[in-house]
Amino acid sequence: MKHTISVIVENKPGVLSRVSGLFSRRGFNIESLAVGTTEDPNMSRMTIVVEGDESDLEQITKQLYKLIDTLKVFDLPAEKAIQTELVLAKVAASEKTRAEITQIAEIFRAKIVDVAETSMTLELSGDESKVDGAIKLLTKFGIKELVRTGKIALQRGSAEL
Amino acid sequence: MELTGAQALLESLHNEGVDIIFGYPGGVVLPLYDAMFADKRVKHILVRHEQGAAHAADGYARATGKVGVCLATSGPGATNLTTGIANAHMDSIPMVAITGQVATPLLGRDSFQEADVTGITMPISKHNYLIKKVEDLPRVIKEAFHIARSGRPGPVVIDIPKDIFTTKFDYKYPDKVDIPSYKPRTEGHPKQISMATKAIQAAKKPVIYAGGGVISANAANELKELAEKCNVPVTTTLMGIGAFPETSALSLGMLGMHGTAYANYAVTDCDLLIAIGARFDDRVTGHIAKFAPNAKIIHIDIDPAEIGKNVRVDIPIVGDVKKVLRALIDKVGPKEKHVQWVEQIEEWKRKFPLAYKQEGGIIKPQYVIEQAHELAKDRDTIIVTEVGQNQMWAAMFYKYTKPRTWISSGGLGTMGYGLPAANGAQFGRPDALVIDFAGDGSIQMNIQELTTAVNNRLPIKIFVLNNCFLGMVRQWQELIYDRHYSHTNLCNNPDLVKIADAYGAVGMRVTKPEEVRGAIEKAFAINDRPVLVDFVVAKEENVFPFVPPGQAINEMLID
Repeated sequence: MKHTISVIVENKPGVLSRVSGLFSRRGFNIESLAVGTTEDPNMSRMTIVVEGDESDLEQITKQLYKLIDTLKVFDLPAEKAIQTELVLAKVAASEKTRAEITQIAEIFRAKIVDVAETSMTLELSGDESKVDGAIKLLTKFGIKELVRTGKIALQRGSAEL
Repeated sequence: MELTGAQALLESLHNEGVDIIFGYPGGVVLPLYDAMFADKRVKHILVRHEQGAAHAADGYARATGKVGVCLATSGPGATNLTTGIANAHMDSIPMVAITGQVATPLLGRDSFQEADVTGITMPISKHNYLIKKVEDLPRVIKEAFHIARSGRPGPVVIDIPKDIFTTKFDYKYPDKVDIPSYKPRTEGHPKQISMATKAIQAAKKPVIYAGGGVISANAANELKELAEKCNVPVTTTLMGIGAFPETSALSLGMLGMHGTAYANYAVTDCDLLIAIGARFDDRVTGHIAKFAPNAKIIHIDIDPAEIGKNVRVDIPIVGDVKKVLRALIDKVGPKEKHVQWVEQIEEWKRKFPLAYKQEGGIIKPQYVIEQAHELAKDRDTIIVTEVGQNQMWAAMFYKYTKPRTWISSGGLGTMGYGLPAANGAQFGRPDALVIDFAGDGSIQMNIQELTTAVNNRLPIKIFVLNNCFLGMVRQWQELIYDRHYSHTNLCNNPDLVKIADAYGAVGMRVTKPEEVRGAIEKAFAINDRPVLVDFVVAKEENVFPFVPPGQAINEMLID
């Protein structure tokens, strides 16, 4: 089962390496990892999607807490969190297909951020099912390049850390 | 006051109460060694290999309970420390390892003697630092010592570029540590403690399984008090040896792969297992699904990540072992003797004692250990070991009664640990009788540290159980690999007596059982230099009991 966890760490050099090293060393698989600063410039927030059962999640959480630079770790299940991901997709396009691609972009509220002779680049954001759905529809035109940021998530409601 | 980084480092070590460091000079630490030339408050011990520095700091820490400090130059100096750092990490030993680094403008350019020390030591240290601004130095040193000794102790590495040592700044040592992300929990949860109390009260066949955490928490007295108040038999791990007096009727000795039969039977049969400062290592549990299969498990540990890591736990208590045990002792009522259970254990002890036969005019290694025990038991003695058969026999046939009298590489199983660790222990406890039980394989792995011992007139006793083999590996080859003695014959080793002599130590060789006692007495009488006694012992003696890998611990080979 997939878990989305948020890890608040001190914004210091080497922290990313400590966290990612821990996952590989302990044999946990990272599906995606997104990292950036928070409202407090001294802290970074990592959103990590991992595969594992409940006991794996418990071990991962405890091992993360053992890192001196870790301030807080919490699980963000889909029903309690806003989860989103940003994707850039460069899709093969011709005069014939451009209209259809534009239409798909509109349906998925994607932005067309670049148009060239033989391609269009779409910027798309949303949860996993939306992103996967759009990619599936675009595949038939030929996806030349694709980049995903990895999931970021924030708990719902006015609660703060 | 204005100091250079090098002076500030020495000042900080002094402020931390460090009186001794083990090190080896080199290019980038020249400014630091130059500062040491003027400031001699912290005694520097020159080793002969950086690995020896790390193990000496580790042995010093285990013998005294203080933080051990070692020092090396960049690149190969630092990488030579790493085995010792990993060793301390696996056994949760408080240590601060200081490494020089190439100057900051040269970092990341594959400079001469550059190695990514923070990268290399990340998985084998509790924490590490690369100092990039001299102003950070006092705070980093303060934090490093705090992290090394608090919570679950461990090694902390501080990597310091050469230009940091030479830069002047306004020095002030912080009097407090504040790391918001590091606040180890020391008080056990009252609800968990009362659940544990009930479980102890209800148990009919309880066993305490005590590990190194009891020793690092200085909780041996509390362990004894709890065990005696509740009449609970106690088995210890290799790391827990000394946490409970083996002379007590409640002692089961060590459990696990080379545990006593009665400890392994008791754990397999118990209805309550109280794990204290132990981590359910594979050498302890054997086949994990068959480990203590009928028991409710209480697990007391300072490290939350140890709870549930290897086995399911019924009553976890996260906290300082000493505090949690004190709370339990206060809460638990006096408990009647579990007559049947104690009787059962007595029967196992009678039926399956630790045994060997001294016969045929050849010295049995166990006999050497027993004789050493006979002659040393009334003295303030610290036993250090190398790794392998020598270590297991020393664990089994010497009777330990006090904490910090057993110093051995547990988790990492580092051959070559014993001699430098014995040096460190002797520096920490100058009046103690320090004996290093060694094998003919492991003694050669850090034999250069004999120089350190000789130069400092350390009266350590090195008792080599020389069986002409890499004994433990040979034992596995005999029992599991059809006696294919592949590359384990060490009969072409050099003459250890001549080696001792060349180093300026006393060397002796003993070949007959009747000479053993006299040689030990003679070795004990030498007080101004190390002694190496080469005991020529039975070549193919095995360590028994032995739980073959993958088996349950009650499925052991007894002899």
